[in-house]
Amino acid sequence: MSVPAGWEAVIGLEIHVQLSTRSKMFCRCPNESGGEPNTRICPVCTAQPGALPVANRAAVERTIEVGLALGSEIAAHSTFHRKNYFYPDSPKAYQISQFDEPLCSGGRLAVPTADGDDVVGFERVHLEEDAAKTIHEGGGGGRLAGSHGAVVDFNRCGTPLMEMVTKPDLRSPEQASRFASFLRETIIALGVSECDMEKGSLRVDANVSLRRPGEDELRTKTELKNMNSFSFLERGIARELRRQAELYEAGEEFSTQTLHYDPSSDELTVLRSKELAHDYRYFPEPDLVPIEPSAELIDGLRASLPELPAARVRRFESEYELPLAQALDLGIGSGLAAYFEEVAAASGDARGAANWVLNEFSAHLNEARLSAAESPVRPAALAALVGLVADGTLGSSGAKQVFAALVDGEGGGDPAAIVAARGLGQIADADALAAVVAEVVAAHAQQAEQFRGGKENLMGFFVGQVMKATGGRAEPQLAQRLLREEIARG
Amino acid sequence: MAVFDVEATSAEEIARLLDARELTCEEVAGAYLSRMAAHNDALNVFLHVDEERTLAQARAHDNEGRSGIAGVPMAYKDLFCIRDVPTTAGSRVLEGYKPPYTATVVRRCEAAGLVELGKTNMDEFAMGSSTENSAYGVTRNPWDAERVPGGSSGGSAAAVAASMAPLSLGTDTGGSIRQPAALCGVVGMKPTYGAVSRYGVVAFASSLDQVGPFARTVRDCALALRVIAGPDICDSTCLGPPEPIELPEREDLRGLRVGAISLEGVGGVEPGVRASYEAALETVRGLGAELVEASLEFSLTPHALAAYYLIAPAEASANLARYDGVRYGLRVPGDDIFEMYDKTRQRGFGREVKRRCLIGAYALSAGYYDAYYGQAQRVRTLIRRDFDAAFEKCDLLLTPTSPTVAFRIGELVDDPLAMYACDLFTLPVNLSGLPAISLPCGLSEGLPVGLHLAGPAFSENRLLAAAHALEGAFAFDPRPPALMGAA
Repeated sequence: MSVPAGWEAVIGLEIHVQLSTRSKMFCRCPNESGGEPNTRICPVCTAQPGALPVANRAAVERTIEVGLALGSEIAAHSTFHRKNYFYPDSPKAYQISQFDEPLCSGGRLAVPTADGDDVVGFERVHLEEDAAKTIHEGGGGGRLAGSHGAVVDFNRCGTPLMEMVTKPDLRSPEQASRFASFLRETIIALGVSECDMEKGSLRVDANVSLRRPGEDELRTKTELKNMNSFSFLERGIARELRRQAELYEAGEEFSTQTLHYDPSSDELTVLRSKELAHDYRYFPEPDLVPIEPSAELIDGLRASLPELPAARVRRFESEYELPLAQALDLGIGSGLAAYFEEVAAASGDARGAANWVLNEFSAHLNEARLSAAESPVRPAALAALVGLVADGTLGSSGAKQVFAALVDGEGGGDPAAIVAARGLGQIADADALAAVVAEVVAAHAQQAEQFRGGKENLMGFFVGQVMKATGGRAEPQLAQRLLREEIARG
Repeated sequence: MAVFDVEATSAEEIARLLDARELTCEEVAGAYLSRMAAHNDALNVFLHVDEERTLAQARAHDNEGRSGIAGVPMAYKDLFCIRDVPTTAGSRVLEGYKPPYTATVVRRCEAAGLVELGKTNMDEFAMGSSTENSAYGVTRNPWDAERVPGGSSGGSAAAVAASMAPLSLGTDTGGSIRQPAALCGVVGMKPTYGAVSRYGVVAFASSLDQVGPFARTVRDCALALRVIAGPDICDSTCLGPPEPIELPEREDLRGLRVGAISLEGVGGVEPGVRASYEAALETVRGLGAELVEASLEFSLTPHALAAYYLIAPAEASANLARYDGVRYGLRVPGDDIFEMYDKTRQRGFGREVKRRCLIGAYALSAGYYDAYYGQAQRVRTLIRRDFDAAFEKCDLLLTPTSPTVAFRIGELVDDPLAMYACDLFTLPVNLSGLPAISLPCGLSEGLPVGLHLAGPAFSENRLLAAAHALEGAFAFDPRPPALMGAA
C-alpha cells in the first residue's frame, strides 16, 4: 500500500509542457531542441538592452486548444506578468509568465477506469517561457556538485512553455502517475507537444501532503521537483508520503519545502525551504499587450479539436464492444486507434481486429520501432488475415506465419497469396482429414483403447498427432470430431 | 570653413539646398562635424563620434542619389542601439558595449537617408533631469556653461541648441525630452505612447518611455516625427499614429479651445516662468484661440509625482536587472559569480540608478505591492480621467514645461526630491500616455522658458499646428548668445 495506513494523501501536479511551435515564445528564433550551443539566439532571447518581446500567436492558440480540450474557461482578457528572479539562465532576470489572468481557468480531465471516470480538476493552464540551460563544468554530467564553473546555452531560452496546475484531487501515487500518463496522451493527441520526458519537453512536479481521513483542512505540503518518468513520479510521491507519515507519527513538524527525488537511492534532498522562498515581485509586463481572443477564434479552435483519448476509449467500449483494458490500449494513442478502426471496418470483426492489433501487430511495432502508420503491414492486409482466421482457412500457427510473411513484405501484402504460396490453408475438409485421422488412430491403438476406457484427456495427444502429421493445418474442431468417430469405430 | 550657416539653417532648409544642389550631403555633414569638434570639449554633448562613418554615409547619398530629407544629419541619445556602434545609456555598466542590432527608429532614419552624427550624453539610463547623472560627465547648457541642459536627454537638446545637429532623437519617460528642450530653448516632442517604436531603445520604464525628436523649428520637429512614427512588428505596444504626420502650415489658432491652468498653489514656479506663461496666454488669445480655464485635480499634485516615482522605478528595477556582467558590458572579476555580480553593479551603476532600483524593488515586494505599486496604478487611472475630463472642455492644454529655467550645475544634485519636482508639469502626460510638445516662448534672466502643449491621444498634428502658429508669434531666436558667430 503506497499511502501509509491511517492517512489520506492529497496530491496536486504542476506540469510544464514545451509547445512544438515553429518559433520561440517571444522572438523569431527557431524552436528546436539540440544543436550547437548558442546558435538559435537573438537580441530578444539573450536580453540585449532595448530588445522587446512579441507574443507567439501559435503558442497562444495551442494553449487555448488545451484549455478547450479540458473544458476550461478561456479568458476574454488575459495578461502576461514579469516574474523576477536572478539567475544566469534567466537573461532578463525575469521570466515572462502569467499571474492573476491566465489564458485558461478551471477544467477537468476524466481518465476512464473500470470503476467509471477518474476525474481530476485543473486550477489553470497558462503560458510562459522556458529558461536557458546552465551546464556546470567539471561536476560530472553537468551537475553543480564539484563543478568549477558554468556555461550557459541560450538555445532553449524562450521556448514556449505551457504550465498546467491541477487541483489537489489525487489520492495516491498510482493515481497520480496514471493521470499524468493519460494527460500526456491527451496533449499528444492535441498535437501541441511531443511530451518527451527524457528530453524535458514534459516535466512534472508534485505537491504532496497528508491528512487524517475525514479532515477538511490541508496540512503542510512539500513540492517534489522535476521527476522525469511516470514511474519515478509514483515512487517519489510514495517515498515522500512515507517520510511525512514518519515525521507526523514521531510527533515532528516540518515546513513547506521543495525536494529533489533521486530514484537510484530512493532518497529525497531539500532544494529550498520556505524561509528561502523567492519573492518574485510579479507585476504586469508593460512590453506586451493583453490577449483578448475573439469568439470566432475560440469557436474555430474548438471545431478543429481532434477526438480525445478519453472519448475514444469510451466509444471503443460501446461501439466495438471491447473490454476496457483493450479499449484503453487501443484508444489512447491516435495512431494505433486509427489503424485498429481501419482493420475493424475492413474485416467486420472488431474483436478479432482488436486481438491482432494489440498482440502480433503491437509486438511487431515495438520490435521494429515503427509507428502504426509506418508498418509494412497495411490495415487491409491485416483485415484480410483476420478474415482468413475467422472463416477457418488459417489456424493460429498458420496465421502467425502469414503475419510474419506480411512483415517481411512477402506476397505483395496479400495474405491469401501467402497462404496459397506456402500451402498454409487449414484442412477443413472431412474427407481430406479422415485418412490422416485413421492413420494416427491405427498407429496408437493402445492409447485408443485407453481413451475408450474413459481416459478422455488423451484427446489432446491425438489432436497433437494430427497436427504434427498435417503441419498444423488441421482444423482443430473437425479433427476432434473425426478422432472421436474413428476411435469409437475401433 | 562652414559652407553654410549652421546656426541659421533649419533641417527643412538644408533639404531644400540639397535638392537645389547648392550643397552636398558631405558638405552638410562636414559643417556639423566641424561645429561638434569646436564645441564638444566645452559642452560635453557627444559621447561617441565616428567622423569617417558619418562622412561615408553622407557621401553615399551624394553618389547614389537622394530625395526628401536624405542627407540631413541626425544625432542620437546614447540609448538607441546601433549595430556595432558603442551604446552606453550614460552608464559605466555598458562601457564598451556594441549592440548586435539596430533600433527600429534608427533603421527608419537610415531608410529616410538621415546621416548619423553620433551619440549624445544623457543621465544614466535616462534617470535624471540634468544630465548630471551621466557616468561620462555633465553636459553644459549652450546658453550658460555653468548651468545644466536639463535631462535626461540633455545631450540631444544641447546638440540642437548649439547647432551641433539640426535634428536629434531623445526619449521621454517623465519629461526627458520636453524639459531639456525648454531649458535649452529648442523644440522637443513626446508623441503619444505607441506612436513610435521602442524596439532597440534601452529601457528605463517600459510603460512610460517614448521616443521623440528635438529640432530648431516646429516644422523640423514634424519632419523628424514623420520619419520615426509608425507601427513596428517588433514592438507590440506600438501601433503608430492613425493618420500621417503633416507639416504644419497655419499661422493662427482660430477655432481652437485652449485650456489654461491657474498656477496659484502650484509650488516652485519661478516668477520669470510665470510671467512668460502669462504672456504666452495673451499670444494664444491674440492668435484667435478661445482660452478656457482648465483644472487638473490630481495631475499637478504631489500624488502624481509620487505615483510616477513608484511606477517608473518599479519597472526600472526589472529592466535593469539584466546588467549582471554575464553577457555584455562591464564585468568586474570576483572570486565567485556572486562577488562578480556585486562588484560589477557596485562599480557599474551610479547613485541615482541604485536608488531607483532599490525603491522599485521595494515597491513590488510581497506585502508592499498593494500599498505602493498598486496604489500608484490607481493614481495613474485618476490622472488619465483628469485629462479625459479636461479634454472635454478644450482641445489643448497649456502649462509651463518646467517650473524653472536652467539651474546651476550641482545646485540640486544632493536634493533628489527637488530634482524630481522638475517633472511636475511633464510627467502627468507620460502617466496618461498623451502627446505633448515644448517650444521656447521667451527668456527669463537670459535663459529660455518652455511652453508645454498637451493634447488627447494621437493629436500630434493638432499640437504641431498650434505650436507652429505660436512659434511664429513668439519669434524666439534659438541661437545661444554665448556661441553666436563661433565656428
